[in-house]
Amino acid sequence: MDYLTVLQILDSTVRLATPLLLTCLAGLFSERAGIVDIGLEGKLLVAAFMSGAVAYVTGSIWLGLLAGVAASLVFSMIHGLASITFQGDQLISGVALNFLAAGLTVVIGQSWFALGGRTPPLSGNGRFGEWTLPFSDAWSKIPVFGPTYSELISGHTALTYIALIAVPLSWWVLYRTRFGLRLRAVGENPSAVDTAGISVVRLRYMALIIAGVLCGLAGTYLASLAAGFVKDMSAGRGYIALAALIFAKWRPWYALSATLIFGFLEAVGNRYQSISIGDFVIPVQFMQALPYILTVVILAGFIGKAIPPRAGGTPYVKER
Amino acid sequence: MQAMPKWADAVLIPLISILLAFFFSGLTILAIGKDPVVAIQTMVQGAFGSTNGLGYTLYYTTNFIFTGLAIAVAYHARLFNIGGEGQVMLGGLGVALVCLAIDWPHWTLALPAAMVGGAVFGAAWAFIPAYLQAKRGSHIVITTMMFNFIASAFVGYILLNYLKVPGSMSTESAGFSAGAHLPTFHEMLAPFGINFNKNAPANISFLIALLAAFGFWVLIWKTRLGYEIRSFGESESAAKYAGINPVRITVIAMMISGALCGLMAINNVMGEAERLIDNAPEGAGFIGIAVALMGRNHPIGIVLAALLFGFLYQGGAELTFWEAIPRELIIVIQGLVIMFTGALDNMVRAPLEKLFLTLRKNKKGA
Repeated sequence: MDYLTVLQILDSTVRLATPLLLTCLAGLFSERAGIVDIGLEGKLLVAAFMSGAVAYVTGSIWLGLLAGVAASLVFSMIHGLASITFQGDQLISGVALNFLAAGLTVVIGQSWFALGGRTPPLSGNGRFGEWTLPFSDAWSKIPVFGPTYSELISGHTALTYIALIAVPLSWWVLYRTRFGLRLRAVGENPSAVDTAGISVVRLRYMALIIAGVLCGLAGTYLASLAAGFVKDMSAGRGYIALAALIFAKWRPWYALSATLIFGFLEAVGNRYQSISIGDFVIPVQFMQALPYILTVVILAGFIGKAIPPRAGGTPYVKER
Repeated sequence: MQAMPKWADAVLIPLISILLAFFFSGLTILAIGKDPVVAIQTMVQGAFGSTNGLGYTLYYTTNFIFTGLAIAVAYHARLFNIGGEGQVMLGGLGVALVCLAIDWPHWTLALPAAMVGGAVFGAAWAFIPAYLQAKRGSHIVITTMMFNFIASAFVGYILLNYLKVPGSMSTESAGFSAGAHLPTFHEMLAPFGINFNKNAPANISFLIALLAAFGFWVLIWKTRLGYEIRSFGESESAAKYAGINPVRITVIAMMISGALCGLMAINNVMGEAERLIDNAPEGAGFIGIAVALMGRNHPIGIVLAALLFGFLYQGGAELTFWEAIPRELIIVIQGLVIMFTGALDNMVRAPLEKLFLTLRKNKKGA
């Protein structure tokens, strides 16, 4: 395996990790505020569909992005209505949203484009262009550093850089602002926050709005990367992001490394059908299942303990 | 004091929730420029208009009774098992291994053996998340969800490397022998002079599913174990105080749940496909969630809800055929049913409770 192959695998790792990272951060905000969000998958899917559809019709992925974020926000607000306003079961609401997304995208897609639930292929401005960072040509001759810079660091779409910036930003918001402190408190002990005269309902809705926007970005990224929407294109990424969130123990920087690990696993799995170590062959199915197996192992507490926000999953009922 | 009479809680609320779900489904059909009335007519005609349609409806119903009961058992212990899909997959593997193991002389021997195979594999797959929840505190929703993906990869691997017929293009096992063939409704009803369609997949598993529903009722409401499961679900701390072992109940409730999911495979793998195919459950494990919610975790409700979803599944296939409405409409309806009967329960309940309270006050005042 030469250096260029390594670079290519790392490059596709970044590509595959981007939607995971955005979705994982979405889940991070929502779960830190005490709202468990199984519906990440569904939000990803509706965002991918709406952005793909609008980007095709208008020819602009940026308008598509707006539509994708809007669709994801609508789903987020339904989740809020069910789990915050009506104090329903957050898990059940999330499951329902995933089904709604899986069904609606195909039913509406078929009605709009009659392509069996696909959108027509996106091209030109219908997709995000790759950003070539300055000097990437000039420096590409420099050994080791040059190719790393031009292949790995440069040449991604805007959303990849946004996702990477979102990590320190999320950290700063959660740990260095008053809003973040309250958000984390509402996920641990909502009645204390309520006692301090701060609205639990408002904070939780804010968290869901942030989650909706981030999922919208992730979904649009998927549609742009695949040049159009395809039925079920999120393909479990929402669940992998949820797994990454547990892996990351609900922390932004860990989320970056967790999603990079899962992205790397996927990149390796895509490139090599099966890997042989000596006489032993690791089947491709094992590589596909690895993120899920790792999550179970982490959850079981065999490698460090993952402790979720304490108030997660329970609706807040004000005392009367 | 209860705000509402029992019948309102058991019948009225689910009914209103379902009507709301159907109302929004109708809006969806309108939104894509089709006529909801025609759609319903097509679905009813397709699902009940012929013995062929009815046979498919009851075939799907059988699947959903099993998974609905499975989710409900776990739910009585307040465990949300969304790993039904994986457990059905593993059940399919168990049934297939039993059916392929020997050349079965007659189905009366093959069926009990296959039932054991499916139930054991399903229960084993549910055991790991249950144990991790009980002993290590890992959340059962997340672990069962992860186990769905792991099951899919695992069964895919076994199918591709060990069960696939060499040289065949399709990823499926060899067909089961004739001795493992379950009697279909056509064969069961012919002696009575009823001519049921030959091609319809409904088979004797339907009766097993009804038996399972009865067994569910006995287990949950008439046995000591059922009592323990229910009290554990109502209050874990109270159950612990009463000497009920939480680890034992969590593991047993989940294993019964997994076993019921695994049993479903006698219908889809043994009864219909008569071989193991890739992704055999086709979402039945998830529909069990909707069925259990709608059926209020009671066997009668579950059988009725399963019938409704059987109708939706078969009717939905006809919609695709005649009205060019994608089959995925069923997934939309399923999502709406789960949303309204499950998550938005309070939206319907709160105003009704108020209504009943005012009614009662007025009565007392008069």
